[in-house]
Amino acid sequence: MRMLRNLLRSPAGAIGLAMMAITAAATVLTPLLSPYDPFALDFANAMQPPSALHWFGTDNFGRDIFTRVLAGAVYDLRLALVCVFGPMAIGVLVGLAAGYSGGRIDALLMRLTDIVWAFPFYVLVLAIVGVLGPSETNLYIAFFIVNWIGYARIVRGETLLISRLEFIEAARVLRFGRLRVMLRHILPNAVTPALVYSMSDVVLTVQAVAAMSFFGLGVQPPAPEWGLLIVESIDFMREAPWMTIFPGLAIVWIGIAFALLGEGLSTALKPKG
Amino acid sequence: MFLAILKRLLMLVPVLIGITLLSFLLLQIMPGDPASRAMGTRASAEELEAMRQLWGLDRPIWVQYLYFLRDCVTGSFGVSIFHKQPIIALVAARLPYTLAIVAYSTVIALAIALPFAIFAAARRGRLADVAIRQVFVVLIAMPPFWLCYVLILFLALGMGWFPTGGVGEGFLANLHRLFLPSLVVGLSTAALIQQSLRAALIDTMQADYIDTARAKGLRGREIFLRHVLPNSLISTISIIGVRVSWIIGGTVVVEKIFSVPGLGSLLIDAIVSRDLPVIRGLTVFFAVMVVIVNLITDICYALADPRVRLE
Repeated sequence: MRMLRNLLRSPAGAIGLAMMAITAAATVLTPLLSPYDPFALDFANAMQPPSALHWFGTDNFGRDIFTRVLAGAVYDLRLALVCVFGPMAIGVLVGLAAGYSGGRIDALLMRLTDIVWAFPFYVLVLAIVGVLGPSETNLYIAFFIVNWIGYARIVRGETLLISRLEFIEAARVLRFGRLRVMLRHILPNAVTPALVYSMSDVVLTVQAVAAMSFFGLGVQPPAPEWGLLIVESIDFMREAPWMTIFPGLAIVWIGIAFALLGEGLSTALKPKG
Repeated sequence: MFLAILKRLLMLVPVLIGITLLSFLLLQIMPGDPASRAMGTRASAEELEAMRQLWGLDRPIWVQYLYFLRDCVTGSFGVSIFHKQPIIALVAARLPYTLAIVAYSTVIALAIALPFAIFAAARRGRLADVAIRQVFVVLIAMPPFWLCYVLILFLALGMGWFPTGGVGEGFLANLHRLFLPSLVVGLSTAALIQQSLRAALIDTMQADYIDTARAKGLRGREIFLRHVLPNSLISTISIIGVRVSWIIGGTVVVEKIFSVPGLGSLLIDAIVSRDLPVIRGLTVFFAVMVVIVNLITDICYALADPRVRLE
């Protein structure tokens, strides 16, 4: 609760949070905001420019783009959030275990992260999904293989620093169990920078999942996923640029919201003094 | 210095072996039989068997890995199923375009980031600083593949200033043709460099030796150009080093959209034609590229800052 209050006190955090609230509300309340069906074809109204009736215009099948962008939010947000916070949970635990136990496990893990970090992110994800075959499940597999590394590195570093502090010494002197020291005393402090990092990770992951469907390797049509909306618009870009521009702006909107939220979080979580 | 570099090169050997092992294992998970996929459904049982023997698919998995390692060490990186050529030959034809985009985008990123970083640092905490920061947040939030099309829409189709894709003959033609793809890659790097350079400039301006320089009576302009800027730029080198993996990865997306025949296009085409050896060989090649560029930036960093030593 205190964290939320601190977050709201920073302008960036407050704006970011408001943008997320608007997005969530719009996704849930789509039927109230738009009278259209995201899948219903209406050839009489194909490729209409943005107007009071169709805020973002219509596509080549006469479908309302505003409605489709709202319907697509579910796909992109689900993918991005699962692909960030799932691997984050794994990475945090691995980093904690490695940093706290040290020794051979730690050395092995650090070599592994060195190796995975040598691969450009897009290359590795494209190669894995390319080999497994295009599907949403395989997209999750690829992101889980790649995305935990950053968190493991951050949390390991923090754990090494925190383990040397006096209050951890005290907990050890009191003969608290290893697990209790790790989870109750180190984890809450070590997770903070990982949380801040996760916000910028969401910004890049929303773009990456959309890029994957752009290459035909992610969510499959006819889902109104934003990347797919952009691919499907390319052939009509000259006559109906709104088909390309608005789904992209939705990605930009989410990106800005999380970037601001990250900025707010880093101010809110900074230790005082 | 020479010994330190040699030591770093030796330390790379286990990392490079790890890279080949990881690529091999990750891409081993491909469902189905690679031979029947490559030959299509009409191939006879004998043909399939011949294919498996040719590629060593009938051998145990660790023997297959050793074959792959041999291909990487001898420099061929394997043989493409689709092109029927050693992968290194395919890479050699396409590498210049990818390297050109990497270098060009870095130059563009510096050209954009430098003035904005200096301006923001000078107006630290004021409206201009905050506004510049927010503009770069918006830049980072733009998905590169979408930005490609927006630029094509406005600058290529709309204004007609640039072609919508492809490469030309000669340096000047490509300087023009590769501008949009490099700009897309460069913009996100620019945002990162601007932020870190601004912070470095502010830090340096508060350093004691700047006070000393001022006390000696040097003019502000001279202090800035001779002391503040060069010392702050050193940190930018390491940022570019950290970022290089992302820059190289970003070229994959823009190459495909702007039809640049680089390594990224080769990778996407290999994925579409399910050419496993190319996917695997290229994945290793990309990682090796990142490792080499990282090494180069580390060396530059050590040369530029006498306090830093190569371990």
